[in-house]
Amino acid sequence: MQWEIVIGLEVHTQLSTQSKIFSGAATAYGAEPNTQACFVDLALPGVLPVLNRGAVERAIQFGLAINAKINSPSIFARKNYFYPDLPKGYQISQYEQPIVEGGSIGIQVGETEKTIRLTRAHLEEDAGKSLHEDFHGMSGIDLNRAGTPLLEIVSEPDLRSSAEAVAYAKTLHALVRWIGICDGNMQEGSFRCDANVSVRPLGHEKYGTRCEIKNLNSFRFLEKAIDFEVERQIEILEEGGSIRQETRLFDANKGETRTMRTKEDANDYRYFPDPDLLPVEIAPDWIEQLRASLPELPQARRERYITQYGLSAYDAGVLTSSREMADYFEAAAEQLPECAKLCANWIMGDISARLNKEGLDIADCPVGPAQVVRLIQRIQDGTISGKAAKTVFDGLWQGEHHQDVDAIIEARGLKQIADDNTLEKLIDEVLAANVQQVVDYRGGKEKAFNSLVGQVMKATKGKANPAQVNAMLREKLGG
Amino acid sequence: MTLSINDVKQVAGLAYIKISEKEAEATLAQLSGIFTLIETMQAVDTSHVEPMSHAQDLVQRLREDKVTELDQRELCQSIAPQIEGGLYLVPKVIE
Repeated sequence: MQWEIVIGLEVHTQLSTQSKIFSGAATAYGAEPNTQACFVDLALPGVLPVLNRGAVERAIQFGLAINAKINSPSIFARKNYFYPDLPKGYQISQYEQPIVEGGSIGIQVGETEKTIRLTRAHLEEDAGKSLHEDFHGMSGIDLNRAGTPLLEIVSEPDLRSSAEAVAYAKTLHALVRWIGICDGNMQEGSFRCDANVSVRPLGHEKYGTRCEIKNLNSFRFLEKAIDFEVERQIEILEEGGSIRQETRLFDANKGETRTMRTKEDANDYRYFPDPDLLPVEIAPDWIEQLRASLPELPQARRERYITQYGLSAYDAGVLTSSREMADYFEAAAEQLPECAKLCANWIMGDISARLNKEGLDIADCPVGPAQVVRLIQRIQDGTISGKAAKTVFDGLWQGEHHQDVDAIIEARGLKQIADDNTLEKLIDEVLAANVQQVVDYRGGKEKAFNSLVGQVMKATKGKANPAQVNAMLREKLGG
Repeated sequence: MTLSINDVKQVAGLAYIKISEKEAEATLAQLSGIFTLIETMQAVDTSHVEPMSHAQDLVQRLREDKVTELDQRELCQSIAPQIEGGLYLVPKVIE
């Protein structure tokens, strides 16, 4: 039987505020345990939550970026459950009237484009951290993270493969970083995915029973966990079994998912409106002000790169995968609009490869767009060959000659022989020394021509422009 | 709606409250009374009334995003029964 995979993602993004969502404690990562947990975060008696404007603004900006509805009033609810790292005994979250409702995100998988609908995005507070290491049989609680603002972004079950799920997660990741509402640091838990996975016979309308896989903190794990889970479910169904609705954990070491809790022991969260918080009114002029503050969005930039610079959809997609990369490209392409494709090739090729190798982000690239522009200009005006440009790039990366492209070309002796007379003399010498090949070529052997080009290039120590050598050689042999 | 003794036990379980059989029965009687009250209220036709999320007709005041709370760990932990390395220690719970 052919199966269709159905996936929906829930992504928790940590909002980049200075202070917590309901208290004035700091949110900085990596502080000493409990030094950023104030009375409100500890849920001491008598304290009250006061909502952080910065968190609300970021949620609205996200909603605007995905063309969603911004609910006003938006209300907060208590989600009740007991766990030591949740001192109040409930998490303040949103249930009815979440701040963001609907909206969509366009994703690219290979050559295909697809629109993924979003259900909602709501504000909530994060819990603290439990440490189960050796504390004489006890658990250690760090409440620094308690009260950190999160935006939980829920997609519709529109994803049909792990590749689509990863593409969606990456697009979302790029978007929240692009508009500056989340730093996207997955190691620090700023962007965490849960995947709802089910399968159904191809063509069936009704969804299969789903399992939720928790806490996937890398794109690779997301892909592996879904692939494993899909295979597990199909195997059960093909053997005549049925899927049990449950929450599963991904074990990264084993590359498999395992039961965390079944539906029977699922918590009944008993949501109700939080009486400590009043409804949030979001005035239209506040929304407009935030809309005006948004940068040009990735999708818009991608389309502009295609029309303005004539890039392919693929290139435009790669270059807008982060704002830093898009800004880098744009800084170069603005200087050389007629060579935008070459700029794109350099960024996606040599520069990305080197950054990868050194484990750097493009924001930390030691070679700036201005140098890349100068380098491309020197290829274009025939001063250096494309091959020599790679050597110059290495020089730039090493910081040679204050990153002066011309000085590096000079110092490394990479200038092409552009002078026709010098080249002609060398060609004549090569032809005189290779009479047999000349005869072969005239006899129709194209291979002999390539060999002659090679000889000339060797005689120039690679400093000639191959196109020029080609042209001159053809002219001579043709005559 | 009729509440059963098992509903009471389940709610107690969710709330991590240990109750005896006698307490469960007493609670059942009390909760049933509350449900009767709710049923009386539910008899009122509210189809044309907009639901409210808060008893006060006010809107939420927002705070500027500024760090205003400084570290008071020492003070907070002075009343904690057990601490170690800056952590609050609690009976082990692993989900």
